[in-house]
Amino acid sequence: MRRRFTVASAMVGALALMTLAGCTTDPNVGAPTDEAAPSEEAVEWFDQELFDKQDAERDVIPAGPEGQPWLQHINAEMVDTSEFTSPGAKKACFANASISNPWRQTGWITMNEQLKVLQESGAISEMETRDAQDSDDTQIADIDYFINEGNCDVFLISPNSTAAMTPAVERACDTGKPVVVFDRGVQTDCPVTFIHPIGGFAWGIDTAEFLIDELEEGDKVVALRILAGVDVLEQRWAGAEKLFDEAGIEAVDYFTGADPAEIKKIISDELAKGDVDGIWMDAGDGAVAAIEAFEDAGADYPVMTGEDEMSFLRKWKETGLTGLAPVYSNFQWRTPLIAAQKIFAGEEVPKEWVLPQSPITAEEVDEYLALNENMPDGHYAKFGGEDLPGYPQVWEDRIIP
Amino acid sequence: MTTVSQAPPTTGDRLAAFARNLISPRGAVFLLLVVLLIAITVYNPSFAEPSQFIRFVQRVAPIAIVAIGQYFVIVGGEFDLSMGSLVTAQVVIAGNLIGQDDAKSIPVLLLMLVFGAFIGLINGLIVTFLKVPSFIVTLGMMLALLGGVLYWTGGAATGNPADSFREIGRGGIRDLPIIEILPWSVVVLVVVLVLAIWFSRRPFGRMIVAVGDNATTAAYGGARIWWVKSSAFIISSLSATVAGVLLVGYAGVHPSVGRGYEFIAITAVVLGGVVLGGGRGWVVAAAAGAFALEALFTLLNFAGVPSTYRDAVQGAIIILAVAYAATTFRARRKGHALEAPATHASPDAPPTSPEASQTSPEANQTSPAPRAKEPDATASARPAPIPSTQRADNETKGGL
Repeated sequence: MRRRFTVASAMVGALALMTLAGCTTDPNVGAPTDEAAPSEEAVEWFDQELFDKQDAERDVIPAGPEGQPWLQHINAEMVDTSEFTSPGAKKACFANASISNPWRQTGWITMNEQLKVLQESGAISEMETRDAQDSDDTQIADIDYFINEGNCDVFLISPNSTAAMTPAVERACDTGKPVVVFDRGVQTDCPVTFIHPIGGFAWGIDTAEFLIDELEEGDKVVALRILAGVDVLEQRWAGAEKLFDEAGIEAVDYFTGADPAEIKKIISDELAKGDVDGIWMDAGDGAVAAIEAFEDAGADYPVMTGEDEMSFLRKWKETGLTGLAPVYSNFQWRTPLIAAQKIFAGEEVPKEWVLPQSPITAEEVDEYLALNENMPDGHYAKFGGEDLPGYPQVWEDRIIP
Repeated sequence: MTTVSQAPPTTGDRLAAFARNLISPRGAVFLLLVVLLIAITVYNPSFAEPSQFIRFVQRVAPIAIVAIGQYFVIVGGEFDLSMGSLVTAQVVIAGNLIGQDDAKSIPVLLLMLVFGAFIGLINGLIVTFLKVPSFIVTLGMMLALLGGVLYWTGGAATGNPADSFREIGRGGIRDLPIIEILPWSVVVLVVVLVLAIWFSRRPFGRMIVAVGDNATTAAYGGARIWWVKSSAFIISSLSATVAGVLLVGYAGVHPSVGRGYEFIAITAVVLGGVVLGGGRGWVVAAAAGAFALEALFTLLNFAGVPSTYRDAVQGAIIILAVAYAATTFRARRKGHALEAPATHASPDAPPTSPEASQTSPEANQTSPAPRAKEPDATASARPAPIPSTQRADNETKGGL
């Protein structure tokens, strides 16, 4: 019966492995970092030059049409696109990283409405989309498919990750057709334009300055972070952590995977350890669970930064807490298609198209709540689709195209 | 809380037996739990306050309930990897179907229970009739459910259901002395645990263990293997449903709720000394395993273990705990056991053996995986009177 024994041992071994695997990817595992020493990631992700650039861009009045922030740009260096000038309706190919969070879903709905407008005007014939479902490998395959078989006139790419997607984007550029990258960046300047809001450091500065203003030195802030390794998220924390350090605010950060059960656990453990004066979030997903943890524990509401997601804005209003809703401009999802239209029309576009990005403050929250009154909880207040034909029904129904 | 049936009479002999029990695989989980709780209290004394501790119990409740469900499947000789996805699916169902309409709470709750039982039945039928290993069946079910959730939600959070529905997981009886609040989750956990203990002492509960130990013998003893195993899967799916109801209240709707619960449940059950492959285990120890595991996570939180090597610490502790159980079992088989004699350890005194209690002549059922007969060396939830001998040592199937 030796064999049975071996089989059983193998099963135990397999289970242990699975448990470990389960643990590493498991969102139920909160991860506190050592408060005393700055974590390695922060050192790695902090970039003083970029920090200063984004800090300055926060105060720049953007150029472009008033009231249409998705067409505005900050400190743009315009590039000539006459080489791409071409009449007729064009086929766009969109390699999307994913639609696996409410922010991307809202943007995706807006993008499809923008597409309808451009189809009607005859600028775009169709848009073929491939969703990489958060996988680098899938997105590389998607881009290569578009290059080889897509019959595309323009590539729109929302990269899943920065370094891994760079070679694929370069291959797309090599076709000689225009490439438009938006949201997360890539390490090449071959795309015609790279569209993004000011960035993660600006988010970190806005939120940290708010918390530092509202709190005293020595107060404690719990930072709830979604995941590690994504530049736009890491930069938010790297920027905020630096400012907290300088201001003498005690900040502890955890990875939550946006799992509300995990967020509640973390907050209740932290409340068990002592007072929590502030909550900092790198994205608003799960903000409501964080606030509820204070309610459940019977503790005073913290000073809090969330995001412009409706669930947070509503909870903020309902509880009357001191809050700020930083914005990672969701309206950027309109811009890539418009950029494609401009490129084929031979109009100049910014090489780096920096869109405005300004938080929703306590004074503005009522206005945004009223504007988006019937929108679902996962909707983002600054989605920027109010002038599109499907407004407001398409966003209220929130049917993912 | 779970040590009730371990409490010894006062004589010195019994105390020694109790001590031996504590270091036995079955008792070790309670020792581990106590050590972890003390360690947490050292880091954070307020943890021991009743009002804080009851919150901890509330938080563990869904995991413990999932572990209790998983116990029945594992002790029956199978695995259920679909539990975590089922929790997620139920959470999403509750969020999407109830919405803000209180009146829909009860119908949707019933629908969720039916859906849960249905998933369990499908798992069980495929395992027993199509003879597909449960590992594969439930892995497939896990992916199917996750895919369904992804298709339905696109992978992002949707709105929370009505507050009245969430009250089960979030609220409780307030303004009590000492503990301040008795969360409904804790009440549900106690009810589920009592039901599970009661059920595992019933003939049918013993039958699950007997089938897990040796399906062929159980079939000769008159067990309807397909129904016994399917029942175990239905129980685990229903427990996942209950956990989902609690979690949607505690946390809210998000596609990440429930992720990884199947592994946490299996780990908890193994920590509780339940033998993978079936036939031995105690449901209370499985629930204690869930508490120990969650206490470990909390301890790592309080101890401020840096995120960089936190998962490694966690994994190492889990492997050590399982390895400890394995070595003690092996030591016993070689004849120098550490723990108390089986008769001391058995929590279930009633001497009904499954073979005796069931006499229907469905003896021609063939087992999907005939196993060697094994003496009840661990004296777990199995009937006590089977003599514990070294007779068939070389035929035991477990590496644990």
